[in-house]
Amino acid sequence: MTVEARNLEARYVLEFPGGYTRTTGPVIGRFLTELRDGRIVGVRTAEGRTLVPPLEYDPATGDAVTEEFVEVGPAGTVESWSWVHAPRKAHPLDRPFAWALIRLDGADTALVHAVDAGDVKSMRPGLRVRPRWRAERTGHITDIESFVPDVTKIVSVVRSEYVVKPGLALARFLEGVAEGVFIGGRCGSCHKVYVPYRTTCPECGVAITEEVVLPDTGTITTFAINNLPDPRAPEVPFVSAYILLDGSDLPMIALVGEIAAHEVRQGMRVRAVWVPEEERTTSMSNIKWFAPTGEPDAEL
Amino acid sequence: MGNRCAIIGVGQTHYTTKRRDVSMAGLVREAALRALEDAGLTWKDIDAVVIGKAPDLFEGVMMPESYLADALGASGKPMMRVHTAGSVGGSTALVGASLIQGGVHDRVLVVAFEKQSESNATWALSTHLPFSASLVVGAGGYFAPHIREYIRRSGAPEHIGHLVAVKDRQNALKNPYAHLKIQGINQKMVESTPMLWEPIRYLDTCPSSDGACAMVLSAEDKITDSTPAWVLGTAMRSEPISRADRDTVSPQAGKDCAADVYRQAGITDPRREIDVAEVYVPFSWYEPMWLENLGFAAEGEGWKLTESGATALDGDIPWNASGGVLSSNPIGASGLIRFAEAALQVRGMAGEHQVDGARRALGHAYGGGAQFFAMWMVGSDKP
Repeated sequence: MTVEARNLEARYVLEFPGGYTRTTGPVIGRFLTELRDGRIVGVRTAEGRTLVPPLEYDPATGDAVTEEFVEVGPAGTVESWSWVHAPRKAHPLDRPFAWALIRLDGADTALVHAVDAGDVKSMRPGLRVRPRWRAERTGHITDIESFVPDVTKIVSVVRSEYVVKPGLALARFLEGVAEGVFIGGRCGSCHKVYVPYRTTCPECGVAITEEVVLPDTGTITTFAINNLPDPRAPEVPFVSAYILLDGSDLPMIALVGEIAAHEVRQGMRVRAVWVPEEERTTSMSNIKWFAPTGEPDAEL
Repeated sequence: MGNRCAIIGVGQTHYTTKRRDVSMAGLVREAALRALEDAGLTWKDIDAVVIGKAPDLFEGVMMPESYLADALGASGKPMMRVHTAGSVGGSTALVGASLIQGGVHDRVLVVAFEKQSESNATWALSTHLPFSASLVVGAGGYFAPHIREYIRRSGAPEHIGHLVAVKDRQNALKNPYAHLKIQGINQKMVESTPMLWEPIRYLDTCPSSDGACAMVLSAEDKITDSTPAWVLGTAMRSEPISRADRDTVSPQAGKDCAADVYRQAGITDPRREIDVAEVYVPFSWYEPMWLENLGFAAEGEGWKLTESGATALDGDIPWNASGGVLSSNPIGASGLIRFAEAALQVRGMAGEHQVDGARRALGHAYGGGAQFFAMWMVGSDKP
């Protein structure tokens, strides 16, 4: 029998039973005792600086610190930070967070702690944060579960629901659109023809009573090529055009299709492209778009 | 025109994309307190407050005038809100001025603001109703066809818009309150930005800003030690947005409004008699368009004035020395900023973008689908 031991492995734990003790000394001990009470203190150096967390000596000079403890914070400012995308078991939070250098108000040095910011985009130098305390405190730095950003904005949902009726004029126009025709109105005073149909003349102020059925052909007076995408708009680039229907005096705004955006011209002759009859409703979506007729351009 | 009206205090916030550090109340107070300080007054010296802002959907705050009354020291005083879309800032100043000119009040605080970062203006302007087709195009998509028509009619070369885009941003570098500060801005930079709504490129458009502007208006016998600007003329006009034969390139309401304000101020040749103009130009091409609409150039000739450099800070008729709407656009306040900058110029208090010896200035605002117009002429000399 041959023994193959080269790939042997075994789990080995080196842990002092119960854990080591750490005698805190008077300075760290005071800091942790205050933490247990929900307060954060620093210690004053001989030069008058406030060290947080406190030390028994001034790291800059080596001199002993004074016996003066000062309450700082609890709020502070993030000086620098590093984002932890995938927290590990020993980390204080089970979700992505930042390790940050936080200078508490009244302190001259920064404290390292976790910031529960939710999103890396929320982190920036200068961010104001406050401690989130554990309910059960023992006198340990983890008595502060983490720091959290100040409240700087709230979300206010505004939502109104309406029942919208088209009104007489638009209803009449939509009846026409459902049948595949454009209904306009001619003013009895200035004789201008308005489409969509309306019941008053915006120029004369008089009631419009005469209906006119207009052809679905017209001329593009001017247009925009839209390159800015919006989930509610057609796919970009799309052309929104002012189209003067033949026999009308006011252009309508509509989509232009079946032609590359950059080939659309002012003066171009177009015709409405209707959705198939079985798909029509009393809505402007009956008109897919306007497409070029191929006729020569109109004079503008 | 009624009693004389003076502008004795102007206050502005720094314009920026997001003022995360202040509430709406804090924002308007910042501008108002600076205006009061400029006037050497306190809240108690004010008789009435007039506030303006763009449509409520911009921030989703309904009736901001009631929410902001106490923030603006209006407890126990008249407070009202003005609402004429993008021209609202101008209209707000004019309503305030009319309260002085009509002898109703001695000192009126006018304030306008927008906190665009709380929402999205394109969304707020494109809440299409049922039954209509969804053509979400925003303000740029709305104005682009009218610019295209201007270019067709006037035969203006393509680069004219870019010249304005550069010129106004260069001016903004001299204005401590301006939002966009583009060091080294040049035509090539504008041309290299994306085409949003042809023919409008990204840098041909205004930014989205948070900000507020305020002015203290005073009756003649209540002016303080601060340098006054005097109101020489005020006018507002509107027209139906859908009207046969409406000229969307050069709206009649704009021409009528200009004619009215010039008549009051005794101006017959605006190009020669006005020293500096602050005109609402949210898309660069609107400078040549408004040069014609406001009578600074003949029809079809506005672009030549722009091209010649006449409207630059060192030209003979500087337009938008402050950087204009193209550099700072808290929408509801943008009109009031034009009016306030006109006042600063004739008070000689415009700092680095001061036009030397400016004695008569035009403030202009337009709104909606270019159907609302508000203008004032202000001067250094008492009328």
